[in-house]
Amino acid sequence: MKILMASLISVSSLALAGPASAQDTDTKLTQNPADWVIPAGNYAGNRYSKLDQITNKNASKLQPVWTFSTGVLRGHEGGPLVVGDIMYVHTPFPNIVYALDLNNNGQILWKYEPKQNPDVIPVMCCDTVNRGLSYADGKIFLDQADTTLVALDAKTGKLLWSAVNGDPKIGETATMAPLPVKNEVLVGDSGGEFGVRCNVTAYDMNSGKRIWRAYSEGPDDEILFDPEKTTMLGKPVGKDSSLKTWKGDQWKQGGGCTWGWYSYDPELNMVYYGSGNPSTWNPKQRPGDNRWSMTIFARDADTGMAKWVYQMTPHDEWDYDGVNEMQLVDQKFDGKERKLLVHFDRNGFGYTLDRTNGDLLVAEKFDPAVNWATGINMDKNSPDYGRPIRVKKYSTEANGEDVNTQGVCPAALGSKDEQPSAYSPKTGLFYVPTNHVCMDYQPFRVTYTPGQPYVGAILSMYPPPGQTDMGNFIAWDATKGKIVWSDPERFSVWSGALATAGDVVFYGTLEGYLKAVDAKTGKELYKFKTPSGIIGNVMTYMHKGRQYVAVLSGVGGWAGIGLAAGLTDPHAGLGAVGGYAALSKYTSLGGALTVFALPQ
Amino acid sequence: MAQILSAMKNSARLRAALATILLLAAGAALAENRKPASSKDGEYFDANGDPAYNISPDGKVDWRTYSGYLRFSAECLRCHGPDGLGSSYAPNLTDSLKRLTYPQFLQTVAGGKRDLAGGQEKVMPSLGTDKNVMCFVDDIYVYLKARADGALPRGRPTDHEPKPKSWSDAEDACMGPE
Repeated sequence: MKILMASLISVSSLALAGPASAQDTDTKLTQNPADWVIPAGNYAGNRYSKLDQITNKNASKLQPVWTFSTGVLRGHEGGPLVVGDIMYVHTPFPNIVYALDLNNNGQILWKYEPKQNPDVIPVMCCDTVNRGLSYADGKIFLDQADTTLVALDAKTGKLLWSAVNGDPKIGETATMAPLPVKNEVLVGDSGGEFGVRCNVTAYDMNSGKRIWRAYSEGPDDEILFDPEKTTMLGKPVGKDSSLKTWKGDQWKQGGGCTWGWYSYDPELNMVYYGSGNPSTWNPKQRPGDNRWSMTIFARDADTGMAKWVYQMTPHDEWDYDGVNEMQLVDQKFDGKERKLLVHFDRNGFGYTLDRTNGDLLVAEKFDPAVNWATGINMDKNSPDYGRPIRVKKYSTEANGEDVNTQGVCPAALGSKDEQPSAYSPKTGLFYVPTNHVCMDYQPFRVTYTPGQPYVGAILSMYPPPGQTDMGNFIAWDATKGKIVWSDPERFSVWSGALATAGDVVFYGTLEGYLKAVDAKTGKELYKFKTPSGIIGNVMTYMHKGRQYVAVLSGVGGWAGIGLAAGLTDPHAGLGAVGGYAALSKYTSLGGALTVFALPQ
Repeated sequence: MAQILSAMKNSARLRAALATILLLAAGAALAENRKPASSKDGEYFDANGDPAYNISPDGKVDWRTYSGYLRFSAECLRCHGPDGLGSSYAPNLTDSLKRLTYPQFLQTVAGGKRDLAGGQEKVMPSLGTDKNVMCFVDDIYVYLKARADGALPRGRPTDHEPKPKSWSDAEDACMGPE
């Protein structure tokens, strides 16, 4: 009977799809504001909704209308999806997926719980987070912690196919949300702290068969570069562009992991994403630019071939991963309508590039505290064009091994980490959750053992001198490279933002508040304390004519490392715990979904 | 080896009992800077011959405690939090080291640990083959012991005794050529 049902459903979904390709259907789906089918809401990575029932005039009346406990206590990153009448909720390890019936008070339609070897848990750098699911072509895609990519029947939860993308025994794990593009599903890997050589892989959406794989470092045919056609800042990168920038075979443990958010431009047929830190964290041990770690990639969606790249932090000395989301927007720049890519990097610079060719247009600090570089070299005639202008005092390479380099801003968690920003085409502004934290960084020699941490630096983190707030929620003008407004927060803002046509912007805080602020001014309109700290991303959907806003709470992730301890102020003298209270005074563990709406 | 372990366990039990009595007697004053029983070439030991810290009243620490701070921060902090205070997914070691004996500590570090309670699966990897940890496991032990005893405050120790030659030789032998 079950089999009959399943085949009936697949027949009917085929009939519905008709002659149109999966791509057409799904591009349309991302344009229906009632649904939220991929993590960023659309392929451009905007986290923007056209829904406008909730406005800056009535948001103060919001109230929680239903909740759901995930039953898992680890850090809950990512957010739910809504496709038609079903909401999909995921959890960190063990990576449960729930399908909830919106027509029936969130009743559980099906639950998928994979059996994974718990040995993967300690190989995950910073908690067992998972950044969520994607939907396309009647399937839900999940990248499990053990790197198994699965396709589930969206109606029944039945496992349709699975593909093993990596090996946790050598430190390869998965935390990212897969992105379905045309007939492919794209995934990357985590493991930059374990000396993994990371890549992006495309799998066939219907069979799970591998289509292409592009490594972040290695020979040209493995990184899918054409030495003559792949460019950086307008110039061909040339032969062996990666190999030349590593000592010996070090690229084989080179990191450059790909665990962030991917975007797609259907018109250009290009996929955009960033790579993470080079391994180890000790820069002395790996001389060279370490390409292509810390890089923005623009690749052809069908073949994976790189069209252009831009390495933001050559020879990283601070763990400033380049994996944060790539926002694709069309805005006026210098009087001309341009196809832009906007990226808020861990290194504290907000970059605006032309996404058709990788031209660098703007690179400015989005937190005034950033001090490791005075700026980015914008002189096209300089041999250092596009490179950061480093400050020697904060260079852990210049100061060397076993020296504690003090007062570097931002800290390794970056001026912003994975928590994705939102963009409103109405205001033309980006809404960016940020960290306002500095660090001491002491690199030292380490040996590489497969499957063991390969870090080689010790860090301590604290707010910028003389300040107590560790986060800001900012509005950013990417054509000018300027902060428009900034709301201070006690802790780092580790939650993905949502912008809406009602001129309301939403985000969560580590204490657990869901906040609604005015898109134009940043003025707080509403807040509600959810059961646990929020490191998840806010989304919105419409059901039976009513707009809802939903977020996962459940503190953890990298932010959870400081949960018990809080951050000390090393400048306040020996043993001073300082004024920076531990987060554990504000919140405790627990995965929960909270859904908000206006009263009826 | 088993005999040694069990002898150590017995004396550990005795010590634990004594510590409980001491704690009861001391009431709220938990901080206790234990004096080592012996020392050799800048390394210190307790009455059982287990590694021990040496912290002078001005806060100056022995080399092993300082090295332990560095190695803990490099290899363990990611899960066990700054200064050993724990995280949302791994225990506070300044509590655990109030109970764990030196052999139990070694066993846990080398062999790992699993606690698969629902909703909060905790797994510590076995670090027995990780030289970045095992070559410095005694240092990490004395550092955490000092933290658990309340003998060492949070943060980087401000001053330390010089690096002993014997310690350097042992490090080179253990870590191997660069």
